[in-house]
Amino acid sequence: MYHKEKSIQIKNSASALYNNLSVLRIAPRRLTYFTVVHANVVNMVSASWDGLNYSHRQLQSKEPNVATSTSLIMQVAFCVLPSRDLLVVTSQKGIQIYESDGSIMVYWHALDTSDAPTAQAVFARGISAVWDNYICVGVSSGAILVFDVPSKGSNITLSEVLEEHKEPITDIASECSGSQECIADLVSADDGGNLCVWKSGKEFQLLNKIPGFDMSCSSVKLWKGIVVAGYGTGQIHLFEAVTGILHAEVNAHARWIYSLDIAPFSGLLLSAAEDSLVRVWHLTVTPETNSVEVAHLHNECVTDTQICGAKFCDGDGYAFAVTGYDLSEIIRYTQL
Amino acid sequence: MSVKTLPLVFINLGGEMLYILDQRLRATSTSEDNSEKVMNDIVGTLFSKTFMDELLKPQQLYSHRTLKTVLTRLAHASIMRLNPASMDRLYELTIMAFKYQVFRCPRPKDLLLISYSHIDTIRELVKDTSVVVNQVDETHRKIIEVYSSLSEGEFQLLRQTLLIFFQDMHVRVSLFLKNQIQNPDGRFALPTSGPVPHGIVVPGLIRVFDSKGREVRRSEFPAGGSYSSPVREGSFELHGDRVISLGMNMYVLGGTVKSTKGDGTPNPLAKEELNLLACLIGSLKAENMPRAEYGFRINLFTTDQEEEEEADGTSDGAEESMFGVINIQAMQDEQSAAELARITGQFAEEEEQHENPSGNKGDDLLAMMDDL
Repeated sequence: MYHKEKSIQIKNSASALYNNLSVLRIAPRRLTYFTVVHANVVNMVSASWDGLNYSHRQLQSKEPNVATSTSLIMQVAFCVLPSRDLLVVTSQKGIQIYESDGSIMVYWHALDTSDAPTAQAVFARGISAVWDNYICVGVSSGAILVFDVPSKGSNITLSEVLEEHKEPITDIASECSGSQECIADLVSADDGGNLCVWKSGKEFQLLNKIPGFDMSCSSVKLWKGIVVAGYGTGQIHLFEAVTGILHAEVNAHARWIYSLDIAPFSGLLLSAAEDSLVRVWHLTVTPETNSVEVAHLHNECVTDTQICGAKFCDGDGYAFAVTGYDLSEIIRYTQL
Repeated sequence: MSVKTLPLVFINLGGEMLYILDQRLRATSTSEDNSEKVMNDIVGTLFSKTFMDELLKPQQLYSHRTLKTVLTRLAHASIMRLNPASMDRLYELTIMAFKYQVFRCPRPKDLLLISYSHIDTIRELVKDTSVVVNQVDETHRKIIEVYSSLSEGEFQLLRQTLLIFFQDMHVRVSLFLKNQIQNPDGRFALPTSGPVPHGIVVPGLIRVFDSKGREVRRSEFPAGGSYSSPVREGSFELHGDRVISLGMNMYVLGGTVKSTKGDGTPNPLAKEELNLLACLIGSLKAENMPRAEYGFRINLFTTDQEEEEEADGTSDGAEESMFGVINIQAMQDEQSAAELARITGQFAEEEEQHENPSGNKGDDLLAMMDDL
């Protein structure tokens, strides 16, 4: 179904972090950006569609104007809003927001370490754009910071802090940005496997809480009102977001899942885990019968590699890219 | 990231170091008295309450440079002396062994089982000296107390912190290559077969449910590997069968290593911790060494030059290398101990200075950006 393409070499190897690959497709310029985290550095590659031009950039997580101490980065993600695309970097020290090409930092938010108990690690993790103008970022305390983003400029403000989770946030996902109307448009996951379903707005509304089973949910996606969650047990659960009904359970992987992605136009689902396997599935949602179907389509094995990031490169799922721990390349696959 | 890595790092790296030292001491026919003394001194220092308490404080993981220095001091807490080349190779070997264990760790919390395996073997190595065995037991109890309540998510964060620390190290170890757990390019093997970890289900099943939670359909898919059901869970108690083999002593023969390029820039904050720890080791060693006995040098790994010398017909390395211990070490420790209070005070001040600017700098940047 898919075959391997030429890999993209990156400057450093990928770190073992959840969801360690972000992809931004820029159709007008026939380019795709990829970002991969290596310890305290973001490796950014811009690849032209004809495969001839690659340009590299590195971003460090540091507080502006503080010479010492770069801090370890937990996650990097592109946030696509109707008016603009931004790049968000979350680390132990804080949250940085850049223009999507990584050229200018437009915002820095320092994490408040004062009231965290010192025995716990402090970091930000979990990034998603929501609706027209919000970017949500999770924190190790379980809080979710909601930033209000203007259509241009750097006047980004912290609009709300959602305090529902008690454990470190692992991942956040949304659907229906811009035009579509959805009942629920945001889902957040934590280290205990608990999921919260939200409706965005001037004040975010908690629609549902789906309890976990003491196992980390490392990656989560929202599509057609269905929450797709990947766990440390290697399982994927599909829930109806608003009601919490479990539609399907897949014993997908033999080790911890590190990344999930959905191609929204085709309903293809990508799952990747520490067991060195990437799997492609097809989801069908039938609203009339309120049922969900999961079909397995394809496997790829990246030999001897614990995979840490896997993303579709386009909305149809025609191509996908994969990163692995200690691997200095982005492996690509395209449909035959 | 994780602020709880250090105790496990030292137990496991220290353990691997002791496995290698034990094997090499036997191979070079070092006297039993000397071997026992080396083991007791190192284990006694590693598992001392002061040392462990310092490690148990929540803090970031050290840099490679700092870690290697502290491990060197640990090795030299005994009457044995290692030349820098031996110490470099010892460090590489222990790091690669621990990297392999962390990489192949079935579940994140099995990091504890690996650590307990190391402690089990260490206990065996010093079993004839009850004082040291008690220290090991006490530390083991403390570790159980501190780590047993961590969630799987916290263990995974700990594991990820360690994996970042080991990143890009691909030193080839002949023992690993021979056993095919490492590939010729230095990467570790990751089979898609064998038992799944405890608590994980063999992949291959899709189950669909109705709105009342009843299963309406199940289907299978090709999992692309040959996995089997999990084996029983290892024991997390003070004594017990750990079940998984990671962390057990795999040294029968010494390994030869190829050198790698050096690691990154030094971490200025870790320097203060290094001094403090070094002081602790130093002050302990001064207590434990009442008489100026002679020590011995040992070359752990033969270099090309040494192989040539041996070929010339000289006897085995350890015997001819014995000579008096250099007491410079003791002098340095006395000086460091006197500096201890000053350094701790200095570190506390520096920490405060470092914390304050973050908020201000953020505001400055925002103000600056608004003006653009």
